[in-house]
Amino acid sequence: MEDQRKRLLKLEERITYLVHIKEGSEWGNLAALAEKLAHFKHSFYDFAEEELSEEIRKVEDAVAFLEERFEEHLTAMERVRIVRCPQRFTLRDILENVYEDFTELGGEEDVNVDPSMVVAKANIMRRVKNKVITQQVMVIGHEKGHGEEFRNGGSSKPWGNEKALRYMAVAETEGIPIHFYNFTPGAFPIEDYPGAAQQIARNLYALTKLRVPIISVISEGGSGGAEALGLSDFRLMFSHGYYSVISPEGGAAIEGKIREGEKLPKELVAACAENLRITAEDNLSQGTIDRIIQEPILGARRDDFGFFRQLRYEVIRATDEVVLKTKSLRAFRAYEVKRRKAAAEAAEEPHIDISWDLHRDEIKRLLSLRSRKYRDMATNSFGGKASPAMALWHRLEKAVSHVYYSFRYDLLKGQQKQMQKMFQDVSGEGSVFLQRLSRPITEAYDFISRKPEAKAGKATAVRVGANPEERLERGDTYMSPLANEDRTVTCPNAEKFGCRDLWVPDLYGEFCGVCQTCGHHFPLEYEWYLKHLFDPDSIREFNSEIRSVNPLQYKGFDSRLKADRAKTGRNSAMITFDARVMGVDLVVAMLYSDFRNGTVGSAEGEKFVRACDRARLRRRPLLCYVHTTGGIRIHEGTLGVIQMPKCTMAVREYLDSGGLYMVVYDNNSYAGPVASFLGCSPYQFAIRSCRIGFAGQRVIRETTGQDIPPDYHSAKSALRRGHIQGIWDRREFRQNLYKALMTMGGRNLYYR
Amino acid sequence: MNQDIDFDAILSKYRSDPFDYVHIHTRHTGRVRFKVTEGAQVKGAGGEWHHLPGSLLFVLYRERNPKPIYSSTFGEVSALRRELEGNFVEANEKVMTIKHPLTKREIIESILRKVLSNFNAPERAKYFFAMDIQARIDKFGPRAVTIQPGDEVFTMSLMKRDIPVYYSGEPGIIHSIYFKPGISVGHGEPLIGVCPPGRLPFIQKIISRVKAEWE
Repeated sequence: MEDQRKRLLKLEERITYLVHIKEGSEWGNLAALAEKLAHFKHSFYDFAEEELSEEIRKVEDAVAFLEERFEEHLTAMERVRIVRCPQRFTLRDILENVYEDFTELGGEEDVNVDPSMVVAKANIMRRVKNKVITQQVMVIGHEKGHGEEFRNGGSSKPWGNEKALRYMAVAETEGIPIHFYNFTPGAFPIEDYPGAAQQIARNLYALTKLRVPIISVISEGGSGGAEALGLSDFRLMFSHGYYSVISPEGGAAIEGKIREGEKLPKELVAACAENLRITAEDNLSQGTIDRIIQEPILGARRDDFGFFRQLRYEVIRATDEVVLKTKSLRAFRAYEVKRRKAAAEAAEEPHIDISWDLHRDEIKRLLSLRSRKYRDMATNSFGGKASPAMALWHRLEKAVSHVYYSFRYDLLKGQQKQMQKMFQDVSGEGSVFLQRLSRPITEAYDFISRKPEAKAGKATAVRVGANPEERLERGDTYMSPLANEDRTVTCPNAEKFGCRDLWVPDLYGEFCGVCQTCGHHFPLEYEWYLKHLFDPDSIREFNSEIRSVNPLQYKGFDSRLKADRAKTGRNSAMITFDARVMGVDLVVAMLYSDFRNGTVGSAEGEKFVRACDRARLRRRPLLCYVHTTGGIRIHEGTLGVIQMPKCTMAVREYLDSGGLYMVVYDNNSYAGPVASFLGCSPYQFAIRSCRIGFAGQRVIRETTGQDIPPDYHSAKSALRRGHIQGIWDRREFRQNLYKALMTMGGRNLYYR
Repeated sequence: MNQDIDFDAILSKYRSDPFDYVHIHTRHTGRVRFKVTEGAQVKGAGGEWHHLPGSLLFVLYRERNPKPIYSSTFGEVSALRRELEGNFVEANEKVMTIKHPLTKREIIESILRKVLSNFNAPERAKYFFAMDIQARIDKFGPRAVTIQPGDEVFTMSLMKRDIPVYYSGEPGIIHSIYFKPGISVGHGEPLIGVCPPGRLPFIQKIISRVKAEWE
C-alpha cells in the first residue's frame, strides 16, 4: 500500500501544478480529479490494493492525457507561470544534479552578499573510452529558491552582480570556462552603490573581452538583470523558459496605461506576453539564442533526473563547440559534435575528449568570434539597408578609408611620433651631459661674479590649445519655438529658493532655458544643442537612412512609428553625425526624445555600432549625448535587449583601440542603455537638473515595496553615488566639452 | 515662581479654541480661481519626504501662468472670500483661512515654548553636553540637573575644534533636550529648554492634564 500512497501524492502534486499554471481548476475537469483524489486519500484503507491501484491508474491516465493536451496549446503567459512555479528546478538543483561536486563561493544560503546570486566552483564529468574526465568550470547564476524569501525570487541586487563579476575575473585568471544560468525576473532596481545600472554595465563591459569560453543558459531571462550574466559565446535556453525585454505585467502596465495600484486585466497581460515574443522558439527564430534544451512535458521539475542528465550533456556539448571553433586542429571532433547536434534525441554521453584550455591565439579567435556573433545580431530587424550595389560601394569606401587613415595616423603619424620621441630623448640626454660638463665652469663663474640672486628659471614653454573663448563668437543662434509664447512660467524650485516667475521668451531665448535664481534647467529640444554645441555648419549626418521598423509585428506599433516619423522627419531615435567643437572633429551619437521617447531598438543599436566603428577608423573622439532615453524599446522584444551587449561590444572595441568615449546625460535617462553602452563609459557627465537611473519611481515602488526620495534620480545624487563624473551647466556645455576633449581619452586620437 | 504664568488661562484658551488659524495670502497679483468651498476638509503635504503636495486650494493666474497653491496643513477651509472668485487681487491679499485642529503634541509643544526658557545654538555646529553635565544626566536623568548662568554646559564641535559653550539665561533644571549629540544643529535652533525648579511640578501637571483631557 505504500506504493499506492506515493503514487497518490505524486498525482496530487501533478494536479496542483496544472492548477497553478492554469490559474484555476476549471480547465479540463481538474476540480473533479482533485476531488476524486481526496476521496481516495480519505478512504484509503476501504479499498482493496488491486482496486485502488486500478483507480489510481485511471486518474494517472486522465492526468497524463490532460498534460499532453495542455502542452500542445501552451500560451506564452502559461510558460511564464511554469517558470515562476516553486516546483520548477533552480540553480541549486542543477549544481547538485549536473555537476559532480561544487564549492559555493562568496557565501552560503542566507549568509551571503546576495543570496539571489550563487557562484560555485564546480567539476563536470564526461566519459571517454571508459575513462572518467572531470573538467573545472565556474558556475554563476541566479537562485530563485524553493520558496525561500531571502532569495528575493532571483532578483539580484547590485552587489550580487558585483560578486559575479569578481568571480568571472577568478575564472579568467584560472583559465576555466564559465557557465551562466539565468533565473531572474529582472535586476533589483536600486541605485545604492554599486548601482543596478552601473553594475550591469560593468559586467557587460568585462564580459565582452573575458578570455575564457562562456556559456549561458536561460530559464527566466528578465531583461537587464539577465544581461548581466547573459553575454556569452553560446546561448542556450530551456524549452519552457522565457526571455523578455520586460515582464508581461510591466509591459501591460505601459501599453494599457494602467495607473499605479490599479489591477491589471489578465487578458491584457496575456496579450502582452504573446506580443513580446518571449518563448524559446520565438527567441531562436530571432537569433537571440543559439539552441533550445528540450524539457519534459510542461517543464522540468526538481526531480526530473533524466532532464538533468540531458542538461549536463548539452552544456558540455555547447562548451565543446565554443572551444572547437577556436582550435586549428578540429575537423574530426567538430564533425562529431555536429553529427550529434543533428540527431534530435542526442541526449547521450559525449565520447570525445576536448580540452577546454585555450592558448593565446585561440583566445584571440574566441574573442573575435564573440565580437562577430554580437555584431551580427538583430541585423535583419531594421529598415533602410543598402542595396547590393550600394553595400559593395560602402565596403569599398570603408576599405579605402581604412587604408587612408592607417597610412595617415598609424604610419605617418606613428613615424612622426617616433621621431619626436627620439629627438626628445636625444635632446634630454644632451642637455644633462652638457650640464654636467659645464657645471664646474658655471659654478666658478658664479663664485667670481658673486651674483647672490638666483637666476630665474626659464618659464617652460607649455603648448596650450587656442583660447576657447576666442572661438565662441558665433553668428545666428537657435531660438527655441517654445520662446514664441507671451506668458510666464514658474520654476519648480520657487518654493525653496524664492525664484521669480520667468517670462517665456526670455527663458527660452537669452537664458537658454535656465532659471536665473536657482539655475534649474528647463528641458530644451535637441535642435538647440545641435545649433549651440557644435561649430557652425560642421554637422554631417550619416546612416540617416537606417530606420526603425516593427520586427515583431507588434499590434498597433506601425502607426505609432509612422506618426513619429511624420513628426520628426527622421527614421529613428538616434542621430549619428560628424561634427566639430572648437576645431576638434568628433563623432556624435545622439538619442532624442521626440521619436519613441529616445528608446533603443535595432536601428538605434546598429547606428550606434556604426558610429563607434567610424570613430575608431577615423581616430575621432566619440560623444554620446543622451537628450532623453526611455530605455530599450519594448516593442522589439529581445531584439531590443540584445542591443545592450551588442553596443557595449562596439564601445569596448573602440576604447581598446585608444579612443575617447564620453557620455553626457540630459533630461531623463533610464534603464537598458544606461545599464550597458552608456553606463560603461569611463567619462560620464550630466547636464544640470537631469535624472539618471535604472528604473523609474513606480517600478521601484512596485518591486521593492519602498518609496524613494524625490531627488533619488537627480544628477546630484548620481554624482554622489559615483555614477557620473561631473555636472555641467547647459550654457557651458561647449567649453566643458572642449576641455574634456583636450584633457581626457586614449592614445589614438587624431589630434594627440 | 509660578504666579507669573496662569496655567488655567493657558489651558482654557486651548480648550475653548483648540485650533491654529493659518491665513492664506496671495503671493503676488493675479486672478483667483478657487478649488475648494467653505467648510471643505483639506490635507497638508504628505509622504515620507513631504513631497506629495497637499489639497489644491486655488489657482492664481498671472501672465497666463497658472500657479497652483496647495494647503500646507490639514484642517477646514474657513473665511473663504468667495467674492474674489475670478477677480484680480493684489499681492499679500488674504483669501482664506485654514482652521487647523491642534494635536495633543502641538499643544504641549506650544505651551512648553511659552513657559520654558530656551537656550539656542550660537552657531551651526555639532553639540555635546560637557563631560560632567553628561555624567549627571546619565546618572540622574536630565530633570535632576540644575544649571546656572556661566556654567560650561556644552561643547561645540566645529571643524574638529572643540569650544566650550557657557550657559546664559535663567537658572533652572534641564527640562527638554532638543538636539542629538553628533548631529549638526542650525544657528538659532533651541538646544535645551530650561525650567526653574519651582515651576517644574506645574509644568508636569499641565502636561499630564493635556495628555489626560485632550482627545
